[in-house]
Amino acid sequence: MNIVVCVKQVPETAEAELKIASGGKGIVEEGLPLQINEPDNYALEEALLITEEHDGDVTVVTLGHDSSEEVLRMSMAKGAAEAVRVADPAFDGGDGLATAGALAAAVKDLDYDLVLTGCMASDDGNTQVGVALAELLGIPHATYVTQVDVGDGKVTVGRELEGGLIEKLEIGLPCVLGIQTGINEPRYASIMGIAKASKREIELKAAGDLGLDAGSVGEAGSGTVLDGLEFPPAGEGAEILDGTPPEASGKLADILKEKGFV
Amino acid sequence: MNEILVLAEHRDGELRDITFEMLGKAASLAETGGTTVTALLLGAGVGEMADGLACYADEVLTVDHGNLANFNSAVYQPVVAEAVKSRGPAAVLVGSTAFGVDLAPSLAVELSAPLASDVIDIAVDGDAFSVTRQIYEGKIDAKVSFRDAPTVLITVRASAFPVELGTKGGSVSEFAATVPDEPAMRRFVEYVEAAVGDVDIAASEVIVAVGRGIKEEENMALVQELAELLGGVVGCSRPIVDAGWLPKDRQVGSSGKTVKPKLYVAVGISGQFQHISGMKAADTIVAINKDPKAPIFSAADYGIVGDLFKVVPALKEKIAEVRG
Repeated sequence: MNIVVCVKQVPETAEAELKIASGGKGIVEEGLPLQINEPDNYALEEALLITEEHDGDVTVVTLGHDSSEEVLRMSMAKGAAEAVRVADPAFDGGDGLATAGALAAAVKDLDYDLVLTGCMASDDGNTQVGVALAELLGIPHATYVTQVDVGDGKVTVGRELEGGLIEKLEIGLPCVLGIQTGINEPRYASIMGIAKASKREIELKAAGDLGLDAGSVGEAGSGTVLDGLEFPPAGEGAEILDGTPPEASGKLADILKEKGFV
Repeated sequence: MNEILVLAEHRDGELRDITFEMLGKAASLAETGGTTVTALLLGAGVGEMADGLACYADEVLTVDHGNLANFNSAVYQPVVAEAVKSRGPAAVLVGSTAFGVDLAPSLAVELSAPLASDVIDIAVDGDAFSVTRQIYEGKIDAKVSFRDAPTVLITVRASAFPVELGTKGGSVSEFAATVPDEPAMRRFVEYVEAAVGDVDIAASEVIVAVGRGIKEEENMALVQELAELLGGVVGCSRPIVDAGWLPKDRQVGSSGKTVKPKLYVAVGISGQFQHISGMKAADTIVAINKDPKAPIFSAADYGIVGDLFKVVPALKEKIAEVRG
């Protein structure tokens, strides 16, 4: 069973205070560590677990700049056999559907029984690529997947719905699954694996290699246009208790006492 | 401008709130754009739900068929696509829910329509729609518009818009669509309810919830102690469950539990909307986070901006002091 996993490198922003870059269309990425998009890391782990049980190889594919090769190498260090980077300035600024189009062009010629993606990207907040990719490849899909059982020519998956309800589906292979976080425990790469992966070749695919016209991909090929970024309006918000940790905590303890919680 | 089409979402024979939230917003957009709102309702035995939609839409279109009983995007998509091709709406609104996220991107590809997902606000100017959506885990708003397209697709975040009182009294009619059989390539099997654990956090009056900021499993004791001091239980945001540090039944948020305690203390939780939607109804909300712009502070009544590893121990001492 050969599996393609689409991965993306994103800046780590969960714990950081962000700044909007001049021009107003991106954030200041300096000082933010780059990492694999978290759901993609779970997708990679799921692919490695499945191929360990059912044989086959994992190929990781990304669309990104030079720096994103780090994510591909880390994936190979963990056990992916091959890596492809869809690399062309023409792909810059593409929206979710444009990105899915570029990935579909790269994935369609690979040998796969299953394609896994993360169900969501932490940077652009989109939940589009996996489901759109399936449509472009002409194969079925499911997203928000938190359980995968591989059967004969099919997979039984659990999709996480609101309120923790799980929807069980049977899906024929090949298919695309959008993997949700928490489905497994992603492994760490070994030092040996990292050393070996550093020497591995990464296949590069430009728009022309994929039979795509540079004018129909990336920003130019997107149906949506990013007009600008803003910080969300502050709204009413919290009363901030200032001071040193003991001072602020003292104020909070007084409030909790006044309200009868202490 | 052509009509605005809203895809109704329901589960177990009940329309979900997102449906009314979208219809309310669509009504105000339609007024600005000089057009009408049509609700598209797919399902099996939908008569009663259709009547329920009539006061929120100018027109309710139903496709009532046994194959549509359970949501399956492989069956729903061709039916929705047929309706969109036949009606030519200016915009199609779909919930940014587990249902909509599994449908909208493939539908957009099939229709060659642009898609903006997880949208929190929509505006219309002349014939052009523009939207606001959140990126970087809710820390930044992105303003997005569309290139010229006859139909744009928008998935709408749950709770982004209020449920308005419907006053429309629209017509209900059947849309004659070809409903495919459920394909072998994607078959619905069953719904499985979430497992029930030993602690029901929804029953507790005080919840101390912990998020990614706690960093290591060994630090969990810190929030456990704070919870005990306040006579409450420990809840959490998704990353803590993903890491396996607490069971799923402790997760607060849209894919976990919705809670309404008297006191909710969020420790090291940035406050993505999935979490906020599960706890915003708490009476008093306190947030402790090191990022002053973390969205959790917009939902909280009181906030402390600081390192939780300094603030929580100090808070424990101060609580002991005021308790005397």
